[in-house]
Amino acid sequence: MNKLALIIKREYLAKVRNKSFVIMTILSPILIVGMVVLIAYLTKVNDSDKRIITVLNESAFFQDDFLTNSQTAYIEFKSLDLAAAKDSTLNLGYYGLLHIPAGTDLQSVAEKAYFYTKDAPNSLVLEQLESVFSERIRAKRLKDLGVSNREFKEIGSGFDLHTATFEGEENLKGINEIKALIGGGFGYLIMMFIVIYGGFVMRSVIEEKTSRIIEIIISAVKPFHLMLGKIIGTSLAGVTQFAIWIISASALMLVVLVVFGIDLSALEASSQLGPGLPVTQNVSPTAETLQTYASELYKIPWAVLVVSFIVYFILGYLIYSSIYAAIGAAVDNETDTQQFILPIIMPLVLAIYIGFFSVFNNPNGPIAVGFSLFPLTSPIVMLMRLPAGIGEGGVPIWELVTSIVLLVVTFIGIVWLAAKIYRVGILMYGKKPTYKELFKWLRY
Amino acid sequence: MFLGLFRIVVKTRSRGDINPYFLFLFNWLSLALMSNEKTILVADRVTKSFGTHTALKGVSLNIPENSIYGVLGPNGAGKTTFLRIVNQITYPDSGSVFFNGEPLKPEHVALIGYLPEERGLYKSMKVGEQVLYLAQLRGLQKQEAKKRLKYWFERLEIGDWWNRKIQELSKGMAQKIQFIVTVLHQPKLLIFDEPFSGFDPINANIIKDEILHLKETGASIIFSTHRMESVEELCEYIALLHEGEVILDGKLFDIKRQYKRNLYSVQLETGKGLKMLSGLEEHFKISDPSFDEVTEQLEFSVKLPKGSVSDFLGRISSEAAITGFVETIPSANEIFIQTVQQKMGNE
Repeated sequence: MNKLALIIKREYLAKVRNKSFVIMTILSPILIVGMVVLIAYLTKVNDSDKRIITVLNESAFFQDDFLTNSQTAYIEFKSLDLAAAKDSTLNLGYYGLLHIPAGTDLQSVAEKAYFYTKDAPNSLVLEQLESVFSERIRAKRLKDLGVSNREFKEIGSGFDLHTATFEGEENLKGINEIKALIGGGFGYLIMMFIVIYGGFVMRSVIEEKTSRIIEIIISAVKPFHLMLGKIIGTSLAGVTQFAIWIISASALMLVVLVVFGIDLSALEASSQLGPGLPVTQNVSPTAETLQTYASELYKIPWAVLVVSFIVYFILGYLIYSSIYAAIGAAVDNETDTQQFILPIIMPLVLAIYIGFFSVFNNPNGPIAVGFSLFPLTSPIVMLMRLPAGIGEGGVPIWELVTSIVLLVVTFIGIVWLAAKIYRVGILMYGKKPTYKELFKWLRY
Repeated sequence: MFLGLFRIVVKTRSRGDINPYFLFLFNWLSLALMSNEKTILVADRVTKSFGTHTALKGVSLNIPENSIYGVLGPNGAGKTTFLRIVNQITYPDSGSVFFNGEPLKPEHVALIGYLPEERGLYKSMKVGEQVLYLAQLRGLQKQEAKKRLKYWFERLEIGDWWNRKIQELSKGMAQKIQFIVTVLHQPKLLIFDEPFSGFDPINANIIKDEILHLKETGASIIFSTHRMESVEELCEYIALLHEGEVILDGKLFDIKRQYKRNLYSVQLETGKGLKMLSGLEEHFKISDPSFDEVTEQLEFSVKLPKGSVSDFLGRISSEAAITGFVETIPSANEIFIQTVQQKMGNE
């Protein structure tokens, strides 16, 4: 036990003192915050770049419809012919020319209108112009039908179907997605941790092999203790790094926000204006709905979620990092690891995709259930399902228990196999092993 | 004990050309002598296979306390596998190993020092930290390890290396550190696998002297190598391993005595040249003659049965000046080759 502590300490210190590790730890939060600042800055720059559109209106319609806003400015041409208007728009370097021909019928005028630009026009600009036309046409049709604008607005109010469980509990739209996203965040964290620090474990084993110190060490301690110490030491270093990242990134973010005065909500608002989003969705949700969402999020079994996260994190990480350790032991250098790494990355990636495609649609569907029981994907998939709660309406208790039991059994099995490969592999030099050979080692 | 006796008798029988009764007596005597000596390590019919390949086929060895024991044999004979079993890195499929009279157990690693053939150190770790870490893994307390390290660093004149990293040191320097790591916890049994491979002559001599010094202070030492000539002069006992079997073991002196063939190498200064031999050849079996006309040195080998040495010397001393006369003792290498050939011939 004492020796295990020694190994953990050495592995931890070796990792933490490593120059590239220190640089990564310091640099990453700066990079992340820098990216956010850059994006915010670029969005601002983009916003301030006003487009100027000239309008040649020969008709009697659309007199005051094109209003200059923060992104687009309209300049009206008077008594010019189309060719001259095109020329001057181009020469002045303006974005485009909207030509509305003369006519008495709104419908035909609208159909003959053209928007001239140097290159294909921006879809947002086009949408803006189109909405002006459609608004006008709709208003005219309504007038023809004898419906007032106020009456129309009353008709046109949207409709949301209320949903509830059989027990009468009101459901909220999109709440499943939000919950799965929260669980997905945890799952993603596990995957990132496995890929980054599993790789560290592997490289550390390879380093011991190539520096030929391995036999000196395992003549003093059991190979299994060395492997375990390495995995624990490296993951502690990983946890340290993650903690530093989270703390320093948030601190830095705060500083940046205060110093540069960047308004994050502005960022969010502009990002919501993606193409394809109907303008009507800009209506902000009422305080009441917000509160229901908040209370729904509050209902997420956070305690269960956090405890499960820790359980799945530890077991999942140990399983994968012991496989990484076995791979490191089997090969002589990092280039030989490729063929072995792909099969262990696959279940992780699969889990993420299954999670985002299947659990979002149906958290209790057969695919979601199956992969949340399968031990190599369960740490990620189950965590995506868990925010829906356990027991009634959420993940049945038996599924959670079975999933964890399966994970523990797999954990024991995999660590046992990995330790066997590790024990034989660390003493093998100059060979590029095949899967067949690894299988043989299990019986040594 | 009885089994061991039986084994030796069976083994010696196969040698054929030597009187079996004499051998029986000789072996019994040496065994009786051995039983008076304490053994540090006993291997009893140790077997180990890897898949279909059998690395050790029932290896039995007695390694006396405070001796230097050479485990010799070509590459692939099973030496390293045997040493790994002694170090509890791998475990035998059958058979057992006793250390100091007890079956081998994990606590024994604190009493054994092992310098493997594939050896190295953490490249980016500081020398002092590294040695302390390895010493603690062997069960040494940190303060005690520091004290002893100071002694060794002074003794090998490397005191200022404490804060340097291994990658900044030369190969010879790293070898000194590895040696210190092996001996720092004052093990009762020291095991060196291919001890001098990669050493320059100066370092090899320093380490050799240190090993001999450790032996004087009570340690038992096992050398394992395929370069038999490199440790022959140091070993009191040897075991020859071939394809996973011990084909010969015992006191090196006794083994050599058994294998000598009454062959003497003679060097004379004479103006007569090779003609001088014609008279001798009637009485003695002479081989490999050569004559250097510049120095007038005549060299040849002669087989002299027991009791004929003085006769021979008397004959030649009257005719030429004897500048060299020495009995040809077979080297471990020659003994090994001879034994393997005999074994193959018997099979």
